[in-house]
Amino acid sequence: MFGLESLDGNALAAALIGLVLAEAIVLYVGYGLLESALSERLSELIRGV
Amino acid sequence: MEVLGVAVELLAMFTGFGLLIGILFGFFGMGGSFLVTPALLVMGYDANVAVGSGLAFVFGTSVIATLKHRDLGQVDYKLGVLMIAGTTGGIEVGKIGLEYLQHIGLADSVVSIAYVGLLGSIGAFVTYTATTGGGGGLSHDVAASDDDADDIPPIARKIQSFHVPPMISVRGGFTVSLWMVLAVAFATGLLSGFLGVGGGFIRMPALFYLVGVPVPVAVGTDLFEIVFSGGIGSFLYAQSGAVDLSIVVPLLAGSALGARIGAGATSLVDEDDIKVYFGVMLLLGALAVAVRQVGGYLGVEVLDVVSLVIILGAALLVSGAVLVSSVRELRTDTDTSEPASAD
Repeated sequence: MFGLESLDGNALAAALIGLVLAEAIVLYVGYGLLESALSERLSELIRGV
Repeated sequence: MEVLGVAVELLAMFTGFGLLIGILFGFFGMGGSFLVTPALLVMGYDANVAVGSGLAFVFGTSVIATLKHRDLGQVDYKLGVLMIAGTTGGIEVGKIGLEYLQHIGLADSVVSIAYVGLLGSIGAFVTYTATTGGGGGLSHDVAASDDDADDIPPIARKIQSFHVPPMISVRGGFTVSLWMVLAVAFATGLLSGFLGVGGGFIRMPALFYLVGVPVPVAVGTDLFEIVFSGGIGSFLYAQSGAVDLSIVVPLLAGSALGARIGAGATSLVDEDDIKVYFGVMLLLGALAVAVRQVGGYLGVEVLDVVSLVIILGAALLVSGAVLVSSVRELRTDTDTSEPASAD
């Protein structure tokens, strides 16, 4: 996955963990923006108001 | 159909499972991540891939949780760095132990049995305290635990009374032996390396009950430390390619969303109402691993499927209970507020 098969040892480990770290930061920012944009509307939708 | 060489069905399944785990983690503040490794074991992944991918998932989850808590000012960095040092040693020893067990062909059995014991005992404890009106363990909710900040447990007072130099000062206004801190860190690191868990569900109570760190500081320091222990642990496993991104990437995507939903639900639902479900979920997790192990021993493959259904069903049951209770509370609030506004 992501073409990392050619790497090995420390390079492979650094690439794998770097990708997980980058994904975590992107998710934190992305879902944060999504939450601030949609949470109020979603809450109103569930309340039926 | 495939995305980056991975079946869409597999990605969807892990994203969905991550969503369930995220809701549990966001709501209870602990416990979600250590369902991952047993689930992967049940699905037939090798023990080192299940543990390595579980650690990478814990790393990603803790990065997100720490980012959320960074403004709370509840992190003791000196204590955190010491915990990292002790945990690193523990992870290395745990990893060596697991590799040795793999070498002699006992890794799957021993890891599974350890999980059954750990999940079962914690599940029994949480269920017992929930049904008898006890606290059921410590909350990760910093705001809710402020009241307990000055209540140092008797065991911690005893440990703090042992003046084995060097002594270090800890946030909360007391000193404790460096060796005690390192011992707690080493023991939880051992579990991290051996079982692929973050260790937070043991380390955070250990910091409070054994070292005497106030709960809010224990929570913040624990999260800070998990970033490093999870990162180091997954790096060590990733060196041999034991971190499978086709597992970790969708799990993390689902859990990050679920964690926000679960965290939002905490302001709506009384945790004590759901705690008994959480304890039962842990017990069912232990049962699932035990069923899989018996199936492997007897050569009955259908028990693997039964095991997977139990573990996914347990996560679905509890996260579903959290969601249903949240929606019900939201609608109840609306119903009770409407007559007042009509006046």
